[in-house]
Amino acid sequence: METTKRDYSLTGLESKLAEERGLANAEWYACNISRARMKELLQRRDGPAIRDTIIWFGLMIVSGTLGWLTWGTWWAVPCFFVYWTIYGSTSDSRWHESGHRTAFKTTWMNDVLYEIASFMVFRESVVWRWSHTRHHTDTIIVGRDREIAAPRPPNLWAIAGAFINLPHGPQELRSMIVHCFGKLRPDEKTYIPESEHHKVFRNARIYILIYASAITWAIVGRTWLPLMYVGLPSFFGQWLMVVYGLTQHAGLAEDVLDHRLNTRTVYMNPINRFFYWEMNYHVEHHMFPMVPYHALGKLHQEIKADMPRPYGSIWEAYKEIVPTLFKQVKDPTYFVKRELPSHVKPMPAPQPA
Amino acid sequence: MSENWVEACAADAVHKDDVMRFDHGDRTFCIYRTSDDKYHATDGLCTHARVHLAGGFVMDHIIECPKHNGRFDFTTGQAKGAPACVDLKTYPVKVEGGKVFLNLGS
Repeated sequence: METTKRDYSLTGLESKLAEERGLANAEWYACNISRARMKELLQRRDGPAIRDTIIWFGLMIVSGTLGWLTWGTWWAVPCFFVYWTIYGSTSDSRWHESGHRTAFKTTWMNDVLYEIASFMVFRESVVWRWSHTRHHTDTIIVGRDREIAAPRPPNLWAIAGAFINLPHGPQELRSMIVHCFGKLRPDEKTYIPESEHHKVFRNARIYILIYASAITWAIVGRTWLPLMYVGLPSFFGQWLMVVYGLTQHAGLAEDVLDHRLNTRTVYMNPINRFFYWEMNYHVEHHMFPMVPYHALGKLHQEIKADMPRPYGSIWEAYKEIVPTLFKQVKDPTYFVKRELPSHVKPMPAPQPA
Repeated sequence: MSENWVEACAADAVHKDDVMRFDHGDRTFCIYRTSDDKYHATDGLCTHARVHLAGGFVMDHIIECPKHNGRFDFTTGQAKGAPACVDLKTYPVKVEGGKVFLNLGS
């Protein structure tokens, strides 16, 4: 079979086609839930996120300190493995929730955590806030969504490389350097308003300054230690983020206006839910992004009768994802069709512009 | 601003700490009621992505957009940070005879 490669860039033909087909800035399906119940679920609280953030930083401080104390011995390996994983992987969920400003009730707490987590996960905070905004507007719409993790046909080497932040990390570094010089890429101009450009340039310069300081310290001090804490974890600690992140959309439908068809909800154990900050309820999050992470489980209970069957575990999700990605290499038109409950009507087709 | 008062809804149709959509002609508005029974009105669509704010969440004097979590102070219309960067238009409101009226001007 001849493989057809779609244009996933935000400035190509598919972008225009998405607009013409009514897929850009479209109305999406939302399950029915009473306004009163929704208001209960939307209530913001500082307590859960303060507790979780103290535990989260505590784990990094303990593992990082043990790594420093055992430096030069093999004991440092498991200590830094834990530190890198928490730093490089679980910062993704903190970045995500605080980016939506739903983690805490207090706005500045969300914004401080967002800046710290963005740095840790190696994402420029302003660029990625706008990128993620687009991801929510046009979820897995080809030519519109920059955050499609497994474009078809999937590049299996790139997906494997993502476990150590390749090729994304070097690409992000290149973008940071470009931004330091006051320039944006053409695709970035499609989703970042001009009024925000100066913030992109300012933050890129701060990031580069921090990394340059860590590298200088390492060279002058003739030690890897500074880079063990800043820089290297953003590459070699990202494996768990990929394990969680691929469950969100990989292998599911493109160009549909119903999150139940292009997003997974996966049941996870409490430890994974802590590190992933309940983002396993991903259909619920996309459908109602105002609901804070600590209420997503309750939201799931409210609407699950209208949803496809959730995946029972990460393992169950991967039993579907891995064969699907291999199949899509040969047949990019193939995807997993999620089955809606029989009593639920699918979202009507979009109206062409 | 010239006066053009339009009846929008019954005052008790808007719950405390909540928002209600009001369509008039080809325009759409939001009417807010605070916990201390004050009423406010703004344009109904988010200035960022044209989403109906009436589906959003009211926290004190803030309305949060249901789609991208952009926030506005609905008493002033001020955008409170990305992705909401352009202020909302606000409208004078009065409550008379148990009904809410908006001054849409000329």
